[in-house]
Amino acid sequence: MNYNWDWNIFFKSTGIGDEIYLDWFISGLGWTIALALAAWAIALVIGGLLGVMRTLPNKWLSGLATAYVELFRNVPLLVQLFIWYFVVPDYLPEQTQVWFKQELNPMVSAYISVTLCLGLFTAARVCEQVRTGIQALPKGQANAAMAVGFTLPQVYRHVLLPQAFRVVIPPLTSEFLNVFKNSSVASLIGLMELLAQAKQTAEFSANIFEAFTLATLIYFTLNMSIMKFMGWVEKRVRIPGLMVEGGK
Amino acid sequence: MSEMISIQNVSKWYGEFQVLTDCTTSVAKGEVVVVCGPSGSGKSTLIKCVNALEPFQKGEIIVNGTSVGNPKTNLPKLRSQVGMVFQHFELFPHLTITENLAIAQIKVLGRGRDEAEAKGLALLERVGLKAHAHKHPGQLSGGQQQRVAIARALAMDPICMLFDEPTSALDPEMINEVLDVMTELAQEGMTMMCVTHEMGFARRVADRVIFMDRGHIVEDCHKDAFFGSPRSERAQQFLSKILQH
Ligand SMILES: Nc1ncnc2c1ncn2[C@@H]1O[C@H](COP(=O)(O)OP(=O)(O)OP(=O)(O)O)[C@@H](O)[C@H]1O
Ligand SMILES: [Mg+2]
Repeated sequence: MNYNWDWNIFFKSTGIGDEIYLDWFISGLGWTIALALAAWAIALVIGGLLGVMRTLPNKWLSGLATAYVELFRNVPLLVQLFIWYFVVPDYLPEQTQVWFKQELNPMVSAYISVTLCLGLFTAARVCEQVRTGIQALPKGQANAAMAVGFTLPQVYRHVLLPQAFRVVIPPLTSEFLNVFKNSSVASLIGLMELLAQAKQTAEFSANIFEAFTLATLIYFTLNMSIMKFMGWVEKRVRIPGLMVEGGK
Repeated sequence: MSEMISIQNVSKWYGEFQVLTDCTTSVAKGEVVVVCGPSGSGKSTLIKCVNALEPFQKGEIIVNGTSVGNPKTNLPKLRSQVGMVFQHFELFPHLTITENLAIAQIKVLGRGRDEAEAKGLALLERVGLKAHAHKHPGQLSGGQQQRVAIARALAMDPICMLFDEPTSALDPEMINEVLDVMTELAQEGMTMMCVTHEMGFARRVADRVIFMDRGHIVEDCHKDAFFGSPRSERAQQFLSKILQH
């Protein structure tokens, strides 16, 4: 194969203003991180709540959470994204619609759509992890907590959740990594995140391999840092005398 | 003597399956009652009904004048007054021993942290474990954990105590350290309802023995009568089996 590798490409001008290609990657990385963090925050809060709901004795609350999970887990992510981006805005109130479609920077409106989409999609997965984590605890723990006089919210707050939290760190870490990987769907509705910038670089410069190699390296480094960080968190909160193996 | 726990015609079903059939008995203030019977006879279920950890469909249970089955009863408050000790200890593994003893005092009774910890420490000293206050439950032996669990229940100043096979998950050499604590409690006048197969303990400490079989209370009599001449054949069989070991 006659390919001309040129790793200096990232420091060359893009021909637009005085930007170099590296600037594109940095801006793309910024969007990717902003997107993943916001989506993850949504997923943790909503998924955590839903996960707790699924373990409650109340049939209505747990049924509602189950319905949510079934819906969001069984519709492909891309379909959900198109619904959030192309369909949902049409049902907003008149003024909000105008604001969202015309006044807002298109990058920002895409960002809002993807964040919501990815956040709510991941919430369904977080919900299942949290539910499993709570149900994996010995049933006697809830009984013991009630026996000392805790109300149901106190049982969760002081006994079940602190233990479940530790159990779900490893599976939640891999969900968080998935958020980063899934965030690349944003490129399909024009949000210039990391993957989109790599594609654009490849098109502009014809240095396809360098562009995607760099993108791959960045994703890889992100994932490794998150895994290292979460491994550290897991160690810090480990219960003395318990979970010596670091539960899987 | 006035009654602490009164169980009247209680029946309970799990779906189609009847776990408790028309159970009637009572525990007077200061009395120690041992509940025994074969596995699956409903001992745990009955004792859990007393502090409403299990609902029941028929009959009435009254604890210190409060009806457990009444939907208007404040169950958390009732439970906070009834100490319970479990077969598998069920200490809160993520909290230190000190926190295990203090948390319900603080969150349920509204005591200050200092007061709660001082009380916990005093009880810990009483069960001989003061040196372990800073540890987590997973770092203690089974017998030690169970003594902490008893101290945790006592920290709430309970009006009575329920025990569900407190020694049956323990290695033999640890059983006595737990029974000693229970014996001491009984001698101090604590009202106790104990599910246990420790017949030595029953003989020494109990006032009455209840024998259950297939959801029925088959025998309910003074311990001397029970060990002397149990009337039912089932109880005789059970006793001869258990005393062989
Ligand atoms: N949640 C449940 N659903 C259905 N059946 C149950 C449930 N819990 C207990 N049972 C059944 O109820 C019966 C009584 O159980 P229980 O735990 O009260 O017995 P036990 O006398 O305490 O026995 P053991 O000595 O083994 O502890 C058993 O046959 C058991 O299988
Ligand atoms: Mg039992």
